[in-house]
Amino acid sequence: MAKVIKEHIHSLLEKGLRQDGRKLLDYRKDISVEYGISPKSAEGSARVRIGETEVVAGVKLGMSTPYPDQQDSGSIMFGAELSPIASDRFEMGPPSIESIEIARVVDRGIRESGAIDFKKLCVKKGEKVWQICVDMYPINDAGNLRDACSLAALAAMKDAKFPEFDKVTGIVNYEKKTKTSLPLTDEPIEVTVLKINNDFVIDPSCEEEEFLDARLTTAFLKDGAICAMQKGGKGALSTEDIGKMVKIASDNVKLLRKAL
Amino acid sequence: MSKKIKRHDGRAADDMRAMEAKVGVVPNAKGSAMFKIGKTIAVAVVRGPKKLHPKFLQDPESGKLRCFYNMISFSGSGDRVRPGPSRRSKEINLVMENALAPALDLTAFPGSAVEVHVNLIQTDAGTRCAAITAAAMALADAGFRMKDLVSAVAVGSINGNVVADLDKTEEDISDAVDIPIAMMPNEEKVTLLQLDGKITQEALLEAVELAKPVCKKIAELQRKAITERYQ
Repeated sequence: MAKVIKEHIHSLLEKGLRQDGRKLLDYRKDISVEYGISPKSAEGSARVRIGETEVVAGVKLGMSTPYPDQQDSGSIMFGAELSPIASDRFEMGPPSIESIEIARVVDRGIRESGAIDFKKLCVKKGEKVWQICVDMYPINDAGNLRDACSLAALAAMKDAKFPEFDKVTGIVNYEKKTKTSLPLTDEPIEVTVLKINNDFVIDPSCEEEEFLDARLTTAFLKDGAICAMQKGGKGALSTEDIGKMVKIASDNVKLLRKAL
Repeated sequence: MSKKIKRHDGRAADDMRAMEAKVGVVPNAKGSAMFKIGKTIAVAVVRGPKKLHPKFLQDPESGKLRCFYNMISFSGSGDRVRPGPSRRSKEINLVMENALAPALDLTAFPGSAVEVHVNLIQTDAGTRCAAITAAAMALADAGFRMKDLVSAVAVGSINGNVVADLDKTEEDISDAVDIPIAMMPNEEKVTLLQLDGKITQEALLEAVELAKPVCKKIAELQRKAITERYQ
């Protein structure tokens, strides 16, 4: 059965077609971002839809102690939960390697690019710093969870406002939000391109993902600079392939940025 | 309900918060539903029937319902909720299964498991009841045989007055009594009953009586959402 579908996908791609009628390099057009989907409890939250793919993400802010080697910096933590809510192929249990990979790539895109000014998260040097927790929850997996998760995480971070913090008592008042946003200095967005057989495909469906040879996720900053990459899949890529895939990704990043 | 009491949000004693129900919210699932009551939002998805592991849990006569209640990390008031099962969520899984099973006929699927996964997106008390209400719609949407719906609400008492659908502000009042109740609305039979707090026998019975019309109202909304999906 799997073989039949694989051959079907290959033969369609050779003709420049895909199962849902798109061309190989067509991103789904219906991309939406909804902010503040859990305003009572989360400091920031957002829902991203790319076609039928849906991901919700939220930010919780907590007071914590700094790491010994970074006395004047706050911290950030990313999590992705691939639960059976989103797809039949996800199981209950400890985080799967796929969910760890998704969270780690989003993490790198935001951390390594310097998109957050961690110094601004310091409340009292060596004692009190803010910790940002960003969690991504796919609700419906209709392909390309990677791009959707990255966009949802960024949107939730843009939506976030600090809660009130009483320096005297040391208590965070989650009931009261301030007007201060997170110290975001840039907005990294991931775009994933697949290589299937000899063709390149953007914004893949679940089945295309199942039969991919290689996958390349690239995160871009506002000025077009690349800030994180992750190659996935068992297939190998030539340098020419990589050049093409990065170009395809960069051509599509504005489409996602526009939705924010 | 002749007694006039003052609730912080202006509701009468038997008033529920604004509700919203939608079926088929997760297109790739066999059955799914969203239920919102006040600020509490639950999304339920049905998976299966699939093989039940571990094997000793299998029932050769019937399929087994398994529920998975999950408050997502940013859905709590205050600190981040740690992902993964807790003792609280495990207990809720159990009472959800007991609340839904009486309405559900899984004899066509011996040895297998039917799973209901519920994510709470935002919470403001009454989460297990919202989870059950959403789960019942998702099971109906998935097309399993059911002899009745299951509708749930938290009734209780505040300052000695019996009220329906407590929110978090009310639940946090020191003498508040929280009584989550699930019912098969047509049969008027209770399938979930829990109680936290101190209450007289009379007040308890009054609260359970109050749950009846309230659950029926919820059932109306559930039924409407399900029929809308198939029109």
